[in-house]
Amino acid sequence: MDMSYDVAVIGAGVVGALVARELTKLNIRVALLEKRNDVAMGATKANSAIVHGGFDAKPGTLKAKLNVEGTALMPLVCNELNVPFGNNGSLVLGFDEEDMETLRSLLARAAENNVPGVRIIDREELLEMEPNIAKEAVGALVSATAGIVCPYELTIAAVENAVENGLSFIRNCEVQGIDFADSEFVLHTTLGDIRSQFVVNAAGAYAGDIARMIGDESVRIQPRLGEYYLLDRAVGLTVTHTVFQCPGKMGKGILVSPTVDGNLLIGPTALDMEEFDNVATTAEGLEKVKILATKSVPSVSAKNAITSFAGLRAHPLNDDFIIDYSPVNRRFIHAAGIESPGLSASPAIAKYVRSLLLGIAGDLQSRNDFDPVRRKPVRFRALNDKQREELIAQNRAYGRIVCRCEMITEGEIVDAIHAPAGARDVDGVKRRTRAGMGRCQGGFCGSKVVEILARELNVPLNEITKFGGGSDILYDKTK
Amino acid sequence: MAKEMTCVSCPLGCLLTVVFEDGKALSVTGNSCKRGIAYAETEMTNPTRMLTTTVKVRGGVLPVLPVKSDKPVPKSRMFECMRVINAVVLDAPVHIGDVVIKDILGTGIDVIATNDMTSV
Amino acid sequence: MVVIGGGPAGLAAALRARDCGVKRIVVLERADTLGGILEQCIHTGFGLHYFGEELSGPEYAHRFIELLQKTDITVMTDTMVIGIDKNRVVTAVSPEHGLMKIEAKAVVLAMGCRERPRGALAIAGSRPAGIMTAGTAQKYVNLDGYMPGKKVVILGSGDIGLIMARRMTLEGAEVKMVCELMPFSGGLTRNIVQCLDDFNIPLRLSCTVIKTHGRERLEGVTVANVNERFEVVPGTEEFVECDTLLLSVGLIPENELTKELGIALDSVTGGPIVDEMRQTEFEGVFACGNVLQVHDLVDYVTLEAQLAGEGAANYILGNNQAEKVYVRPECGLGVRYLVPQKINIKNHRDVKLYFRVNAIYKNARVVLEVDGTVISNKRKVKLAPGEMEDVLLKAEVLAAMREDSRVLVRVDV
Repeated sequence: MDMSYDVAVIGAGVVGALVARELTKLNIRVALLEKRNDVAMGATKANSAIVHGGFDAKPGTLKAKLNVEGTALMPLVCNELNVPFGNNGSLVLGFDEEDMETLRSLLARAAENNVPGVRIIDREELLEMEPNIAKEAVGALVSATAGIVCPYELTIAAVENAVENGLSFIRNCEVQGIDFADSEFVLHTTLGDIRSQFVVNAAGAYAGDIARMIGDESVRIQPRLGEYYLLDRAVGLTVTHTVFQCPGKMGKGILVSPTVDGNLLIGPTALDMEEFDNVATTAEGLEKVKILATKSVPSVSAKNAITSFAGLRAHPLNDDFIIDYSPVNRRFIHAAGIESPGLSASPAIAKYVRSLLLGIAGDLQSRNDFDPVRRKPVRFRALNDKQREELIAQNRAYGRIVCRCEMITEGEIVDAIHAPAGARDVDGVKRRTRAGMGRCQGGFCGSKVVEILARELNVPLNEITKFGGGSDILYDKTK
Repeated sequence: MAKEMTCVSCPLGCLLTVVFEDGKALSVTGNSCKRGIAYAETEMTNPTRMLTTTVKVRGGVLPVLPVKSDKPVPKSRMFECMRVINAVVLDAPVHIGDVVIKDILGTGIDVIATNDMTSV
Repeated sequence: MVVIGGGPAGLAAALRARDCGVKRIVVLERADTLGGILEQCIHTGFGLHYFGEELSGPEYAHRFIELLQKTDITVMTDTMVIGIDKNRVVTAVSPEHGLMKIEAKAVVLAMGCRERPRGALAIAGSRPAGIMTAGTAQKYVNLDGYMPGKKVVILGSGDIGLIMARRMTLEGAEVKMVCELMPFSGGLTRNIVQCLDDFNIPLRLSCTVIKTHGRERLEGVTVANVNERFEVVPGTEEFVECDTLLLSVGLIPENELTKELGIALDSVTGGPIVDEMRQTEFEGVFACGNVLQVHDLVDYVTLEAQLAGEGAANYILGNNQAEKVYVRPECGLGVRYLVPQKINIKNHRDVKLYFRVNAIYKNARVVLEVDGTVISNKRKVKLAPGEMEDVLLKAEVLAAMREDSRVLVRVDV
């Protein structure tokens, strides 16, 4: 491996991925370094999956600017990457006059932030729009440009597309120290030294640690835990909009939202944490989600949950995204403190980081051979019978259904493993194909996926992990 | 003296009451069939259990083959039997009913295959 | 006739239908081999009722597979059914045959059941490797030959959990305890004796896992006692070091295809509502085995599947398709459900009503009443929710019944 690059992006979350892809459009060598076994393993894996309109962020902040720009870019990026995007719109519910006052101030903010399509509706129109909403709601703020996208699917697609365009994606590569000499950074990683002219710090919860490696104390992150329930698709979509309650000090409160896959997501809580890598759910948090979600939509029941999970948001102590040159070294660019509306803003963050890079690196040339389109992966479930027949005729592996709940074929799993920056573990297969994401949660297909991974990667069964590192599934042979 | 025990001869799981003296059963009640009496008697003197496990196979479609003891083995010798069984390696094909280990540990009990194993 | 599933239910249904004269039968099985879950159930205890012998799972299945191989019943393995439409056209896919559409005169649903996963429990804590259903662990150990863990806690005392406690112990693992939320075990008593007691594995009743620990691989669980309302009793929390948590917390009939046909399900069994021949409310569609109700013994699956096979045969061949008058037996005190849920009183044959009780009863009586008259009254030393019970409704009793007759099964304490 040539371990020398023009730009090294640290962290393969949604921000790092879109930044890396954006930089791959330039005529430079870009590496994306990820300490885990796969992309999207931090905050990107577990968040609300919402594209916000942009009325919530404080005017004049980077959050406000990049949210509005990012939300406008999101449908285009999703289209290029063949990632489902749902423009379902969002609602903020008001339950009393005080809430309605808040909604009116949000409406004013929307105007200041240049957010299109925001208005206040009364109870009657609200119930017509969403008949299952709590009857106690007196009105709502509607945001027409808001949408939903699967954050890890977007990340996977972006990295896949970037790798096809020449990005070096390096997994299990933890940066442990950084030196700077002769206008070059030397990143000391678990895979050896990597040299780079420029560095982008997109390390999420760990961005502060990375900054400190060059003596930069300016990035201060507070990990904040959010807990969620995902409900069975069989429940159906009780609401079609993303439904918020009035925002509080700790964030946007509990939401009830459809996902692009047709499940309902409820959450999150907001709990400040001391540790950076503890994403355990708590009994209290999950209880809170249950109770608060029913305030918006009474019929939502955690009884129909197929899973619960928690994610860490990288809350910046200064309350705004930290996207700028490091005050210590301008060849080091932070893309840090990306909490909500980070997913919404991510396409705009990528462009913003690119402009920062051009600002320091001078006139870098764009490539003319960059192909922005990521080929759509085979989704057997979504095909009609004739298409399915043709597909199996081409490749028999599409005729073997491995995951029954989600109707995922062996062919799709093999594709996910051999894709650029493909799956290396069971969770990676799950995020790329949905195998194991249905109601049985991998009870049937889990062991089959382990077998396919072992066969395709040509390793023994017990080398396959759940999500890399020490997440071994099997120990020794019984005999 | 009396003791209650659950008969494990079959899934019925009859609750037996055994009246015994000097470790020998004098009377058994609660049983649904005569196997219950036999069970209680052995259980008082030398408890036995069916042993089921797997044996390593070379060249089969699967790496292990299920086996069972053809008669119940003394409970006290279960783990000893497991050590013997775990040391055996068979070559596929194997047929259901084949004797895999004859007279294990001199007990007079055979270990037999409980499924077919075809070769790759 | 299309049989969906080649486990014990599908095999017995196909064989009986053949005996009854159905000519063209196909069994569709998603795995590479017939036998269904029995292939990984290598312990003995199967067949005592049906064969009068104690067989292992694969041996039990083998008896039927051998019989089937002697017939010209078509078997398609590695084949998954992905849909059935209202005209009973079954859509299936396989690597070998691609996408197939099979027109069926009758369909037998024999898809079995699945294990309830962790998600449904919402246990707090981390999401490391090392948490799996007991059935998944059983497959790893018995078919793949790998150990999924060394220090094990089992949540739920269903039979698979109990069987795996012994199996893992025999293969050298340390099984620390089996926790059961209910005040009684959901498994067979004999399994508690020979899988737990024999190896001094504690069974903790009214106890559950409230938290999982460990970032990458499981490092332990917090267990706690619960009260009658299943709330954690404060102060009883205890950390148990383990690398594996096996879940044996219930089985759910696999009725996704059934629902696709709009067939009504019984909210208690999770299976379709059927008559005495196991015909669902969709004409020509029958159900048997664990897709219909979760059984305790495979012997009863076989008997039930034979009824379904015969019912499907009669339907195809046009036998006994005369007038149908249904009565719906009712669950009395202590009875959670009854299968079949409806009985055609014009079909003059003995009908066995299968049921489960809602709690443990000692020295109780199972009473069958028709129109207020006690038909049978059988003393039972012990009734437990983990074990299926049955009462017989004789043909002559049925023959005397009217459209508005009431059948009631109850437990008399």
